[in-house]
Amino acid sequence: MTDIAQQTALPYTDEHEIFRTSARRFFEEECVPQQAAWRDAGMAPRSIWKRAGELGFLCPRVPEEYGGAGADFLFSVILLEEQARSGAVSPMLSLHSDVVAPYLVHYGTAEQKSHFLPRMTSGDYVGAIGMTEPSGGSDLKNLRTTARRDGDGYVINGQKTFISNGITANLLVLAAQTTKPDGGRSVSLFLVDTDEVKGFKRGRNLKKLGQKACDTAELFFEDMRVPEGALLGGTEGRGFAQLMNRLVEERLMTAVAAMGIVDHALAVTIDYVKERKAFGQRIIDFQNTRFKLAECKTEAKVLRVFLDHCIREFMAGELDAAMAAMLKYWATEQQVAIVDQCVQLHGGYGYILDYPIAQMWADGRIARIYGGANEVMKDIIGRTI
Amino acid sequence: MLRSRHYTSAHEDFRKTVRRFMERECAPNREVWQKDGKLPRDLWLKAGEAGLLCTKVSPEFGGGGGDLYHAMIILEEQTRIGFNEITFYLHSDIIAPYIELYGSQEQKERYLPRMVRGEMVAAIAMTEPGAGSDLQGIRTSAKRDGNGYRLNGQKVFISNGQVANLICVAAKTDADAGGKGISLFLLETDGADGFVRGKNLNKIGCKAQDSSELFFDNVFVPADNLLGGAEGRGFPQLMQRLPEERLIMAMSAVATMEFAVAETAAYVAQREMFGHKLGDFQNTRFKLAECKTKATLARAFLDYGIDSFIEGTFDITQGAMIKLWTTVRAHEVADECLQLHGGYGYMSEYNVSRWYADTRLGRIAGGTDEIMKELIGRTL
Repeated sequence: MTDIAQQTALPYTDEHEIFRTSARRFFEEECVPQQAAWRDAGMAPRSIWKRAGELGFLCPRVPEEYGGAGADFLFSVILLEEQARSGAVSPMLSLHSDVVAPYLVHYGTAEQKSHFLPRMTSGDYVGAIGMTEPSGGSDLKNLRTTARRDGDGYVINGQKTFISNGITANLLVLAAQTTKPDGGRSVSLFLVDTDEVKGFKRGRNLKKLGQKACDTAELFFEDMRVPEGALLGGTEGRGFAQLMNRLVEERLMTAVAAMGIVDHALAVTIDYVKERKAFGQRIIDFQNTRFKLAECKTEAKVLRVFLDHCIREFMAGELDAAMAAMLKYWATEQQVAIVDQCVQLHGGYGYILDYPIAQMWADGRIARIYGGANEVMKDIIGRTI
Repeated sequence: MLRSRHYTSAHEDFRKTVRRFMERECAPNREVWQKDGKLPRDLWLKAGEAGLLCTKVSPEFGGGGGDLYHAMIILEEQTRIGFNEITFYLHSDIIAPYIELYGSQEQKERYLPRMVRGEMVAAIAMTEPGAGSDLQGIRTSAKRDGNGYRLNGQKVFISNGQVANLICVAAKTDADAGGKGISLFLLETDGADGFVRGKNLNKIGCKAQDSSELFFDNVFVPADNLLGGAEGRGFPQLMQRLPEERLIMAMSAVATMEFAVAETAAYVAQREMFGHKLGDFQNTRFKLAECKTKATLARAFLDYGIDSFIEGTFDITQGAMIKLWTTVRAHEVADECLQLHGGYGYMSEYNVSRWYADTRLGRIAGGTDEIMKELIGRTL
């Protein structure tokens, strides 16, 4: 595999590269060999979260005062890129570190940060986001889960679905409707310590097309009582804005993962076509193989250049919603198309799950759906034209 | 629109000049020139006077001393008026560099100032009926004769072939030496006995851009007109120029995508259908979102290509990737934008119909898609 540092113009330092090497080792040695077992179990064990915490692979960007390394955004990019390139889909570290933790970092009160962040960094807490409901995904304004003010806390009722890390997580950032003094409704986010509440029930670990080593759950809340201090940021009605503000970064990270998967798919496929023979010659000696791979390599290069551009824009605080939507849409479409082409070049072996490419094919399809379906992305882009 | 971040205020001043020129001198004449199948000679003189020719050539030879962004601005402004086939880029950014980079001091002094002024219009004659990108197979020969050479052979698909009076001809000085036997000659066509222009070929698109067969029957070229003064250098000279030529083709493709999206967005915003604006239909918004995404990626990729070029790291593979991706995507975008225009999109008076026909050439000229894939495939 060629080194990413040679393919990109991002400002990586030696420190980043040392981190990359140790991240790569962690995924290759401690996660890849366990994927089959974790697929059978439907999730990764809590022990691997603790291990990732020990090695500094959870929440690297969290400020030092809250137990993190105070690292820059590129450390998160490296971690996710290396995980994607290793082929290990589980555990979903980036969801925990790049999606859940930033809610606390950006919006949490001092108490919330000091309580949760050090324990997220160590892996004592594993995070999940409870946003999607059976009746609505990206359509946040129609949430049905409610949080009713009651004495010095809230009583929450409702149901969530497709919650990643939903079986494992013991910290849930939960979106619910709160009632404004004028009777109107607004969205608020709650930090639910699932070990400390009553009325919380996890449903089934949902069976999926791929990503079988990652747990995805339904969650139920029946008169679940949380203290006042569980309201993220301490003010009601900010949930919608909080969720919206986080989407750009989440979509950027989805594209980082897509890029890593593309790199990995092409690397294994190029190796394969150089070894495998058909009709007396290597598969790569056929013109069709070279042309298809040339197309894939070109798409990969275009994606890399655009991703780097967007990462730089993001780090400068200038990546907007439409550009992030373009990136998420394009990166995941290309990821799925390229992996599919790579399956084709593997022939029958490409359909056998012992081959990484078959696993990537099954695992990857969700990318066009999560983080906002690509149709939602087109809606966002279309509004700016 | 994701604008190249390197445009300076000097570039933007230049853009004003170019825009005025395109609007005044070119746009009103488009139909006539398309019917004629070529651009008139006096256009070149006017372009020279306005400072639009050879913008990158050194001021020492009368040129603008500019950079690739000047070429980009000209391509953008001609695309803005839907006039992709103005071939200033071919003359200025593809052919002039051969002379400036490889020519002798005398050759530079003799030709570059006249190219800058538009007194000389240039063409490059590489492709033959039997040899396109497989350049080593060309058959046109150059045999030594006294203080010069005699050219014999035939070329085809030569842009500017009808109007050019300075043609850079690839010919074999040694028929048995393969690529090492190819040399480039600067042929002044005025008074060149035995040089015949064939018919102006009738094309799918790019109607105002002439494209010709050229015939050479014992045409004499003085030895001084051998590019660079030494035989056998033609193949590496041509190969070295290909990445930049492909980058220039990508510029045109990117400009076309951007203007096609902008123009189509304006069209669907006013066109009524079933009691709605066409732009209110979800399909319209999604298709335009896809087109805009492609245009945005293309611009980012182009910026990267230009940056790499300026740093000196832009290589044959990058040139192949950028040309392949942008020209394929430009044609897709033009097709989708035509579709959103409905019947009007099929009418020649709409820019989008011409973009559709014109962008088809991008996937063939300068090395076909398939040649690009061969080049990329070799690096696997």
